[in-house]
Amino acid sequence: MVDMISDEIRAFIIDTFLFGEETPLDATASFIESGVIDSTGVLELVLFLERRYGIEVSDAEIVPENLDSLARIVAFVSAKRARAAA
Amino acid sequence: MTDGAGLGHARLSVVGGAGGAQPMRDSAGRLALAYNGEVFNHLELRRSLEARGRRFRTDSDTEVILHLYDEMGEDCLPLLNGDFAFALWDERRRRMLLARDRVGVRPLYYVRSGAAWYFASEVKALLAAPGVGAELDPVALDQIFTLWAPIAPNTAFAGVRELEPGHLAIIDEGGLSTRAWWSLDFPDAAEAPASNDKAAAEELEALFADAVRLRLRADAPVGAYLSGGLDSSLASAFAAPMAGDRLETFSVAFDSVEHDESAFQTQMAAMLHSRHHVMTCREEDIAAAFPEAVRFAEQPMLRTAPAPLFLLSECAARAGVKAVLTGEGADEIFAGYDIFKEAKLRRFVARQPTSRLRPELFRRLYPYLPGLRAQSAASLAAFFCAGDAALDDPLFSHRPRLRSTAGARRFYSADLRARLGAYDAAEEMAARLPARFSRWRPLHQAQYLETRFLLPGYILSAQGDRMAMAHGVEGRYPFLDPRIIDFAARLSPETKLKGLKEKYILRHLARGRLPAEIAARPKQPYRAPESAAFAGPVGRALVGRALAPSALADSGLFDPGMVDRLVGKWTRDGLAGFRDNAAFVGIVSTQLWHSAFVGEGKKIVRAA
Repeated sequence: MVDMISDEIRAFIIDTFLFGEETPLDATASFIESGVIDSTGVLELVLFLERRYGIEVSDAEIVPENLDSLARIVAFVSAKRARAAA
Repeated sequence: MTDGAGLGHARLSVVGGAGGAQPMRDSAGRLALAYNGEVFNHLELRRSLEARGRRFRTDSDTEVILHLYDEMGEDCLPLLNGDFAFALWDERRRRMLLARDRVGVRPLYYVRSGAAWYFASEVKALLAAPGVGAELDPVALDQIFTLWAPIAPNTAFAGVRELEPGHLAIIDEGGLSTRAWWSLDFPDAAEAPASNDKAAAEELEALFADAVRLRLRADAPVGAYLSGGLDSSLASAFAAPMAGDRLETFSVAFDSVEHDESAFQTQMAAMLHSRHHVMTCREEDIAAAFPEAVRFAEQPMLRTAPAPLFLLSECAARAGVKAVLTGEGADEIFAGYDIFKEAKLRRFVARQPTSRLRPELFRRLYPYLPGLRAQSAASLAAFFCAGDAALDDPLFSHRPRLRSTAGARRFYSADLRARLGAYDAAEEMAARLPARFSRWRPLHQAQYLETRFLLPGYILSAQGDRMAMAHGVEGRYPFLDPRIIDFAARLSPETKLKGLKEKYILRHLARGRLPAEIAARPKQPYRAPESAAFAGPVGRALVGRALAPSALADSGLFDPGMVDRLVGKWTRDGLAGFRDNAAFVGIVSTQLWHSAFVGEGKKIVRAA
């Protein structure tokens, strides 16, 4: 499950922000520092997560701790879904 | 023509009428001058020349330069208060002098072909010279895709050089050599400038009134552009009483609510009682004008903003106006741009990285950008401060912009990447900074970067002179009067950017002259719809042609698969972010540039 989410998010990021550029995407690398995502890109990402995973992301949750690497996004989405399912 | 040298000239007559025909020779026939631009203080210079016994044959400012050069050689340049580019043949010394104004209002390009040097105000003219062809310089493209502008003396055209602002060149038997005759300077950080705001505001008021007065000198009507912001409103407010009933004002209005400032423009025009002309720009108009804007700018661009100004100069020309005052330059020399506030805030946050409250201020930076409003302070701080470890980085202020603009470079083809190798445009910009740069206050460093690189390379050229001159209209910029540049450079940073209040000292001048709403308005940068402007039928057809697989293969500059994904995202959802829009406009304009100048079927020369 986590692997599937990880693959989907990776594919979304490569398609939306890297336009298919084949660069190795290190799971813990910061998207912001590496310039992969800009400030409006964060909102595109949140919109995708909400639509694809049926979660709601509050303003307070739009923080780098939740969104600024592949690993962080996967952990954040998984935790949100687990909470919603409980 | 004389032995070994030739000058040609096509003239826009604003001062001196028929008497100013060029190239002009001195009475002894030893000097010949071809000259583009204006010397605004020519009457004062002429009076002092006449007092020294010099006789004039015409009323033109051209003849003033000839006399001054005759007396002083190139040392006369600092006496000229004006925007100019000229070529002066000195028969006595058998040499050609090329010179360009301080900040680079008027263009001057040159190229060597065989044993000859050619120079002109437009690259197009040089392309007509024997042996000179149009090829893209990949390094210049990378500079544009990093800093929005080529770094002078580079131009988009391989082999074609631009004479740098504030420089002169001498061509003689020994070849061509260039040197600076003026450069922007600021006080050392250790010097504490006197900061008496009231006295400074009074001095500025007198200087600015005189700068406007000199720039209204013309035989043809002088108009003014009104953006709805503080700077152009001030220029018009000072000009209106001096111009009598002559002032015609011109504004761009947008269909797009996010970009439109017409309520402020109308309010200002009503206060001035000017004859106000509004050019309403629909998104489709921008798309339709864009190829011409690129052709006149002669360089790829990351924004569409020049296109509406191309249309506005047409509107001014139709009204019979040959020169317009604008507010250009005020944001550079009085610190109006957001980038200055952003850098100040980033330094403030960096001093206490654990503060939860300081990043809240980032919200206040860009109130006009809808995409940023919904973000948490922490996320904004993470974005704006990414990689902010080095407070002593000379490019500190510009790093976020460089980072987001560089997104456009992802689209380079493998071939272009290989040709660029490890080249880094930001590194080159840093390497070209003067030694004294490190001694300046951070705000002054940021102002220098804007004024030295972006102002001539984009604002005054792609958005300024080239768009205005496309319709025979000359831009005149009272804030860039050399006395005001010097004055502003000496002011303390706090007099320009007080807290997060930009152009603080200019607001003193606005009292009683501008409607309170305009005087108090926060800076709204001039922007036009970007990729959204191409969403209609005209734009789609244009994008379809420019980004067709065959066109991309022809230029060889961009990766067709990645461009296809970008176009897919644009078609599906539209492009929201600055980064994607810069990439889109940059790629479209580069392709248009390529088809306009290099032509179909002729590929860029590949490294052997």
